[in-house]
Amino acid sequence: MAKVTVDIEYCKGCGLCVDFCPEGIMQMDNDVITQKGYHPAHCVDLDKCTLCLNCATMCPDVAIRIER
Amino acid sequence: MAAEKSPVLFERTSALTDKVTNYCPGCLHGITQRLVAESLDRLGLADTAVGVSPVGCAVIAYEFYSCDMVQAAHGRAPAVATGLKRARPENTIFTYQGDGDLASIGMAETIHAATRGENITVIFINNAIYGMTGGQMAPTTLPGQITQTSPYGRDVKAAGNPIRVCELLSSLDGVALAQRVTVDTPSNVRKAAKAIRKGFEYQREGLGFSIIEVLSSCPTNWGMTPYKALEWLRENMIPYYPPGVYKDVKAGE
Repeated sequence: MAKVTVDIEYCKGCGLCVDFCPEGIMQMDNDVITQKGYHPAHCVDLDKCTLCLNCATMCPDVAIRIER
Repeated sequence: MAAEKSPVLFERTSALTDKVTNYCPGCLHGITQRLVAESLDRLGLADTAVGVSPVGCAVIAYEFYSCDMVQAAHGRAPAVATGLKRARPENTIFTYQGDGDLASIGMAETIHAATRGENITVIFINNAIYGMTGGQMAPTTLPGQITQTSPYGRDVKAAGNPIRVCELLSSLDGVALAQRVTVDTPSNVRKAAKAIRKGFEYQREGLGFSIIEVLSSCPTNWGMTPYKALEWLRENMIPYYPPGVYKDVKAGE
């Protein structure tokens, strides 16, 4: 199963990964507030991840790490 | 038996430091900066490269790249890079500049470094606005574009026309590579990565001045969400600044 890790120290909640995920499984986590005051992104359904790397490619803050 | 270690498909390159950038959320500076760092890493140049950071949003880029960096006075990055390259020809020298830095106050340095054929690589971020100072009109601001200093839209009769930097530099003999790319979609990010790598390869081969112009967004000063800014970039900037290769000394080969 895929493993998509968002480092919330880097994530600024811009939402580009949410917009570019073709499966719609990246979402903002409204229950978490980062030190900088943003709601970070997280992956809600790893089973659906196709490992297209779109989220990591478009992340301006290089916050996403993807493992197979 | 120990479980097989899962192969990492994407992770932060070691050519970037652990620092969190100063860029606004959704700013494409971050993607371009990653592409530059990854290119250096992939070409094995990350330890010997020396970058020159500009004045602008990327002014503290020296905090974000692991390689050695110099911070130049406003617009003077190509001049500083010239000195670095002549003193240390074995090192890879690159500048990372925005449009206010490169196309406005630094235009003389840019053009003369290009026409001298200095063997450096210039990464040029064009977001059609002055970002750090709060969204004033830049030389690359589009006709009719609303900024802090052009509240009724850029009037070309009073403020002149935007500068197309790649087209301008492509006429100079010292230029080895002039290419414009965008980083608005994942496929374009991959194309941009290839172009940046090409710039560094040309420098390694000693072919001369290479410039990669990256069309970028400024969600904060354009007053849009990061995704809407990308749509605005596609609809307005790409028709005025078409991506493509404007000069490539190896094109005929």
